Amino acid sequence: MATRELMYREALREAIDEEMAANPTVFIIGEGIAERGGSYKVTEGLLAKYGPKRVRDTPIAEAGMIGVGVGAAIAGARPIVEILYVDFAMLGMDMIVNQAAKFRLMTGGDGRVPFIMRTQGGTGGGVAAQHSQSLEALFYHIPGLRVVMPSTPSDAKGLLKYALRQEDPVMFLEHKHLYMTKGPVPDGEHVVPFGVGDIKREGSDVTVIAWSNMIPRTLEAAEALAAEGISVEVIDPRTLVPLDRDMIIKSVLKTRRCVIVQEANRRGGVASDIASIVQEECFYEMDAPVEIVAGMDIPVPFNLTLEKASVPQKEDVVAAVKRVLHVQSLAAAAE
Amino acid sequence: MGTAASLQNAPSREFLEKLFRTAFKIRVFESEGIKLYRQGLIRGYFHPYLGQEGIATGVCAALSEGDYIASTHRGHGHCIAWGADVRKMVAELLQKETGYCRGYGGSMHIADISKGNLGANGIVGAGTPLGVGAALANQVKGSDAVTVTFSTDGASNNGTFLESLNLAAIWNLNYILVVENNQYAVSTRIEESTRDTDLYKRGLAIGVESHQVDGNDPLAVHAVMEQAVATCRAGKGPVLIEAKTYRHMGHHVNDPGKYMPEDELAYYKARDPVDRARNALKEMAGVSDDEIAAIEAEIAAEFADAVEFSKNSPEVTPESFREFAVGY
Repeated sequence: MATRELMYREALREAIDEEMAANPTVFIIGEGIAERGGSYKVTEGLLAKYGPKRVRDTPIAEAGMIGVGVGAAIAGARPIVEILYVDFAMLGMDMIVNQAAKFRLMTGGDGRVPFIMRTQGGTGGGVAAQHSQSLEALFYHIPGLRVVMPSTPSDAKGLLKYALRQEDPVMFLEHKHLYMTKGPVPDGEHVVPFGVGDIKREGSDVTVIAWSNMIPRTLEAAEALAAEGISVEVIDPRTLVPLDRDMIIKSVLKTRRCVIVQEANRRGGVASDIASIVQEECFYEMDAPVEIVAGMDIPVPFNLTLEKASVPQKEDVVAAVKRVLHVQSLAAAAE
Repeated sequence: MGTAASLQNAPSREFLEKLFRTAFKIRVFESEGIKLYRQGLIRGYFHPYLGQEGIATGVCAALSEGDYIASTHRGHGHCIAWGADVRKMVAELLQKETGYCRGYGGSMHIADISKGNLGANGIVGAGTPLGVGAALANQVKGSDAVTVTFSTDGASNNGTFLESLNLAAIWNLNYILVVENNQYAVSTRIEESTRDTDLYKRGLAIGVESHQVDGNDPLAVHAVMEQAVATCRAGKGPVLIEAKTYRHMGHHVNDPGKYMPEDELAYYKARDPVDRARNALKEMAGVSDDEIAAIEAEIAAEFADAVEFSKNSPEVTPESFREFAVGY
């Protein structure tokens, strides 16, 4: 299939543009997203094309914005609410957790909430403790939400288009480091369904599961390990809820080793839950315990050296892969 | 405050009967529901709307098909005034498959999306942004539907109250925020929650047309609502209406409400909204006591039928629930 090179933010814009053109109930609200085109330029040009009814700036009022989006979704529209930083979504947690996530059950299945919160997280160049968090585990824990974390421009576009066509509340978590990254995006209609992972690199010695900005970092680690003769399979679930369990299990049964990489701090994280799935399904076939590479259990500090130290780096992934392969001990045994 | 006397034209018998039927139906639902609760047939929470019937009655009478409402945890009255099926409401309270929410929601979550009822809500204040959201959806869709959120004095000190009303204001939404000021947030008196107890001023402060009305007078509530709906449909919304009222009992069935002063309760009971709707029907439309007794008997029979229907309805099963849960 023919592709074009697009930036992550351009791919997101294409998805919104195409779905707004196709469906008049799709609209977007957020801080500085209209005339200014958004802090990450995702919504540039949409105001001119779709007008002020469907592309609106809001006051700085996250609980209100998120709540209004949830209400609009309940009433049959398809709102996208852009929240500048996932950290700020904490002001709207009642609307996400107690309203959006529960409405379908509370109405016996009749009420659906096709509400999309687009936001971004992760560390990135010293923006400190309140602008650097990876909070996917909070949403992952709440039944009723969909949690999407694209790592490439192609996935970003396809998943956002799918999000705008399904019926449940979506936490669409972008990464501040990825907006300017480039990658091939298929021409024409491109939709990526939820719950279908992607093998970002095939390999046979060890399975590494990662998502969002940990994918490029893990791919770098895999490249370095290949130079040492170690073949790494990199799995990107793309959506954490629903999770492509089958792809993970199949890969681990093949490689017999598993490393999970998350930028979020370790305690209570998604990696721990995936590890529990892997041990439950693959325990007797595995040659090593599951390794988790995660952020430190501490808020992200401002100092750039410390920021870097607080989240997984390429070297951490390389070391974990070697541990599950017992590379050190083999080397020691050979001496 | 607006009063019934401010109505320019004498209301029709049909209209007055509709108001009385609604107010009385709520009264029956709540008083009989409390009996079912005491018998152990209704479990969980039950927040009676007794004493506040005039507000839902007057508000919903001014709305049309296609409009939307969002309700509170004290939501039975809003559903009934909106025209809900009493059978499905009682079945929900009795946890039955035939209830509005298959027994998955209960008293605090009755909703009917197909009819524009966004639902009651267990989180105080949550109906404000949700209602503004529905109004926004309608504006995007090019509809002139009006959305009403029934809110409360208790909710008025929550941040989303200001955030939501402000969003409705900057976008000129067809939105009416009805603040039922029953003067208690659970057990805390309004004087302890806010310095200025005239809550309509909250709207004025951010440039929103705002009114205060006697919430125990269904005709007065209706009159100010008609004006608010006209303002909205003319594209000049939102509007805030503060309706002063009082509960006839504590916060929920098991709250004896000892903190409510007896003389104050007596004052409001003497201004009972159901009595006022009944008197209006008698005095303004000349309806006889016999005719009124027949209407009351009919409504009581409707409730009794709903209880029978609900008792005979199938129970929800864990099997069907597990099917429902797939893919969550």
